Amino acid sequence: MPDVPATDARILQADRLDRLFEALIARGYHCVGPTLGEGAIVYDEISGSTDLPRGWTDEQAPGQYRLKKRNDGAYFGYVVGPHSWKKYLFEPQRRLWQLKRAGQRFERTDEPPEPKRYAFIGVRACEIAALRIQDRVFAEGSFVEPGYAKTREQSLVIAVNCTQAAATCFCVAMNTGPEVREGFDLALTEILEPSHHFLIQAGSERGRELLSALPTAPCTAELQQAAKTAVAQASRQTRTMETAGLKELLQKNLESPQWQDIATRCLSCANCTMACPTCFCSSVEDTSDLTGDHAERWQRWDSCFNPDFSYIHGGEVRKTTASRYRQWMTHKLSTWFDQFGSSGCVGCGRCITWCPVGIDLTEEVRKMTQPEGGRA
Amino acid sequence: MESRHAEMVAAQPWLPQPWIVREVIRETADVVTLSLQPGEGAAAMSFGPGQFNMLYAFGVGEVPISISGDPADASRLIHTIRDVGLVSRALCGLQPGALVGVRGPFGSCWPVEAQAGQDVVVAAGGIGLAPLRPVLYHLARHRARYGNVVLLYGARKPDELLFGVELEAWRQAGIQVEVTVDHADAAWRGNVGVATTLIRHARFSPRNAAAFICGPEVMMRFTAAALEERGMAQERLFISMERNMKCAVGFCGHCQLGPEFICMDGPVFAWPRMRRLMAVREL
Repeated sequence: MPDVPATDARILQADRLDRLFEALIARGYHCVGPTLGEGAIVYDEISGSTDLPRGWTDEQAPGQYRLKKRNDGAYFGYVVGPHSWKKYLFEPQRRLWQLKRAGQRFERTDEPPEPKRYAFIGVRACEIAALRIQDRVFAEGSFVEPGYAKTREQSLVIAVNCTQAAATCFCVAMNTGPEVREGFDLALTEILEPSHHFLIQAGSERGRELLSALPTAPCTAELQQAAKTAVAQASRQTRTMETAGLKELLQKNLESPQWQDIATRCLSCANCTMACPTCFCSSVEDTSDLTGDHAERWQRWDSCFNPDFSYIHGGEVRKTTASRYRQWMTHKLSTWFDQFGSSGCVGCGRCITWCPVGIDLTEEVRKMTQPEGGRA
Repeated sequence: MESRHAEMVAAQPWLPQPWIVREVIRETADVVTLSLQPGEGAAAMSFGPGQFNMLYAFGVGEVPISISGDPADASRLIHTIRDVGLVSRALCGLQPGALVGVRGPFGSCWPVEAQAGQDVVVAAGGIGLAPLRPVLYHLARHRARYGNVVLLYGARKPDELLFGVELEAWRQAGIQVEVTVDHADAAWRGNVGVATTLIRHARFSPRNAAAFICGPEVMMRFTAAALEERGMAQERLFISMERNMKCAVGFCGHCQLGPEFICMDGPVFAWPRMRRLMAVREL
């Protein structure tokens, strides 16, 4: 979606929010967005504002996530949950093909699924950064993943500015948020006082067209200022990461004893990689029926924390948890630059929250940067 | 032809193309060479020495296998496969006429033509001779273009030596062929010892030579170190790496080694790019 200069903000009253859903549905989009489920705020198919987690927020800490009631009617008064948008563009599992062996040829017996047109509703700034990162993996390299590229191209990003940060957020340090600046079709800022409304801006031609169909009013300078103040609150983050020189520092510390230290805590469970909005590793599984003439291939999310991830004949390359954690962290924060020109981390904090033993990436980086005893 | 194949891979990078097994050559007890021809809807492919294909045993699975044929002969597509797992066993068991899925060719090439006028050292350990065979076919065919050419080849046992006919043909073509085994049997009259012990027999000028090395990682590390010691420049040593691969097109993430995707940046690398990474255990 080519970015065009964002339009001036307009005002959409909160009780008119369903007009946005109606406009999206009328244009053939599948609306997906935040909703309550599995004891968390997750992304699922939604059809209107009543599906949103209105009046709920999340409380996050290393290894901890709790839903809490808010004392207001905020629709987007939470930060980020365990899901990320990658599940719609790079599905957790999907069939790549189904083939029949017929003489000297393969007959394709499945109907390749028609890529859906999604409207992603409630995308945060760090999540837009994550989408851009996965674009470079799947759509902008030597090879293009056709399903990803098509779905991404025809999907809409309806962004929401964060107006609060979780204790696990560090997007400011990673320079990805909290303010949505690019990569959106529409961007909303939810303002609760004195009246409940949304500032709404278009960032693309499709967004402009959509905005023109909504019952909006011009935005006053006061409301603009109120929105700025609200977003600024989300900049107050307790966690940070020193990124200057980090790429090189990690390369110098491939043999650091700290990897062993992390391995005494890390369960190698792969939760961090599943929750991470940029982790892109997958595996394939080939199956056949009893006749042996019909076969299919499935792709599934995989993780560098799984022992057989690195299996070649003779054994796994990374046998120990220390080596697997090192692979994950050095890839995310160091070799990602070599491969894709940016960090692989957007500072969303999911890996911290969803680690069952509360390993904190920012803390592990800090220890690597300022090792006790002056090792560097 | 070539571009049509590349287009098919680009449009549907996940979809194997049907190829037919034309000939099966049993090389040793656990190594088989398959000669393939395009099935219906597949296009012949040209490839560079060192490149690989993803070979799909129907319904069983897919593995990366280096092309071991002659790059000048596009009429046949040849892979040499060692039976080491479920998929490679299924591939080794294929009979003439069987359908096999092919995606590729993928990866980087041995920069052999760039060595014209220079000496060339080819060092192979075990099945590592297969990805180097395209280089040797090329060198034998264009022998006059190069200075001294030497093949140093080590296998574990005499009955595991590959490509006996070719070894003799390469000798006839003016390539110095030195062979060793780790464990001799009663009939063996040749060298005994690891591949690096052959370097002292090799006739080449270290300052005007390039080396192409393929074998187990430990063999490649020691061979590269020994050739450096003989005075060869690091950047003129090339090795070919192996890692788990599920896609070969940079999507699946499995084959990473440090910053490199072995599938796209490799499998052939200049030694300086691998030297530091290979020195780190479990990287």
